[in-house]
Amino acid sequence: MREKCQRCTKPATYHITDIDGGKVREHHFCDEHARQHLSPQEETEQTGTTPTAAPASSKASSRAAKEPPAAEKRPCPYCQMTFAEFRNAGRLGCPHDYEEFRNELLPLLENIHDETRHTGKFPRRAPDSTERQTQMIELRKTLKQAIDVEDYELAARLRDQIRTLEQEAGR
Amino acid sequence: MNLDDLTRTSGEWLRGAGPESDIVICSRIRLARNLATYPFTNRATRSDKTEIEREAKAALAKTSFQLEYLDVHALNPLDRQFLVERQLISRELMQSEGPRGVAIGPEENMSVMVNEEDHLRIQAVHAGLSLYDVWEQINLLDDQLEQQLDFAFSPQLGYLTACPTNVGTGIRVGVMLHLPALVQTREIEKVFRALHKINLAVRGLYGEGTQAFGDFYQISNQQTLGKSELELIKTLNDVIPQIIEYERRARKDLVDNRRQNLHDQVSRAYGVLKTAHQISSEETMHLLSSVRMGINLGLIDDLEIATVNELFIHTQPAHLQKIQGRHLEVDDRNEARAQYLRSRLSPGPDPRTN
Ligand SMILES: [Zn+2]
Ligand SMILES: [Zn+2]
Repeated sequence: MREKCQRCTKPATYHITDIDGGKVREHHFCDEHARQHLSPQEETEQTGTTPTAAPASSKASSRAAKEPPAAEKRPCPYCQMTFAEFRNAGRLGCPHDYEEFRNELLPLLENIHDETRHTGKFPRRAPDSTERQTQMIELRKTLKQAIDVEDYELAARLRDQIRTLEQEAGR
Repeated sequence: MNLDDLTRTSGEWLRGAGPESDIVICSRIRLARNLATYPFTNRATRSDKTEIEREAKAALAKTSFQLEYLDVHALNPLDRQFLVERQLISRELMQSEGPRGVAIGPEENMSVMVNEEDHLRIQAVHAGLSLYDVWEQINLLDDQLEQQLDFAFSPQLGYLTACPTNVGTGIRVGVMLHLPALVQTREIEKVFRALHKINLAVRGLYGEGTQAFGDFYQISNQQTLGKSELELIKTLNDVIPQIIEYERRARKDLVDNRRQNLHDQVSRAYGVLKTAHQISSEETMHLLSSVRMGINLGLIDDLEIATVNELFIHTQPAHLQKIQGRHLEVDDRNEARAQYLRSRLSPGPDPRTN
């Protein structure tokens, strides 16, 4: 029986039983969400230990045993990690891997976040001023939305953030 | 920092203050950051980690947050466990190897783990529903750190993290709620489903092993890329009041329709905690949860919420052992726990001074 992950549309490869306040609860997750689920809540994130539950679907185990495609065996020049290794460990080796494995990572990012473009905080020392501008555009858009729904607390904070950026740009 | 001193106190976030504190224990935000010029922790060599720790410590010391650095690598296993129970470090940091540590702020409102999954895991927490205040604090600390450290950042993908699930803002916004009535009326499943639909994660808070921890649930964002920090915070901040409302309604339902049962349940829980001579961690959590709700519903009037909040933490294994000042096996712990509970819950002069 194929079951879907309860957090996304991928097939569920892990079936986890939790005992929660005496109640037994079944979960069905894809690899990604199984790992997320098994790492306890934020402050005790147990991300170093990947799930020990055996993959329930034979498809998952045979896939893991198969030779990864050639592209996935190309190592990052800085940390020597390959994309195949990342698939197994769930952790990248160095910041450059996002560049090195961009093509492989983008679909994954889209799947996890529904988006592939950062619109949040930029380090103040970020070199590229065009990026600051994009961020301003985004902030102003959010500010307008906040005012539209009369969320003035948020609006005030956004305005402060915009002012800070403006000051930096003029520096 | 003397860890033994901490056994007599608890973090500000546990003191039962802040907005909506009958239901919201605390608001927490963490930011994942990495130094641009090193491999991520899982690929870092020992000397990389030593360098990362040195750079991080120097930067942390220069902030205005009066952070005190603890070398977790040098601590004994009991002290590490103690920090996990206090939610100052993660299990991952406790169990990993090599140079690593945590910088802790006054009142335990801020902490920064070094060489966890990411080089820096910055965390801020406040009692009650106060996400915007928490954000203001953590954003300021992040700004100060960034003046001294080069964080791995890409204009398109934002802050680069060891796990792609954190990339972008690197933010996790979490609110810890006490939801005993929704658990009892079994309406909590509905709430969970609704939250999953809007991409929020819910998880029970765990004590020893994987046992659920007294009807506490943490609700947090999962998406970290493509939305700004304030948008993600706002999502949480908008949805939490609705859950609070559901919990209040469920409590009112219990009071209106099952008042006798409820009163009985709460009084028995209180009675057992005050008189038991052996008690497990799970039973303690379970009973404390009833007592906590009982106080909020006015069924118990001689006990402070802050005391109950603190007992959830202080009755955990490493805390008990540090309070007693000796190693305890499970059976001894169950006795020590019961004794400690009796001493904290019995009327009259504080028996801790005996
Ligand atoms: Zn999934
Ligand atoms: Zn690399």
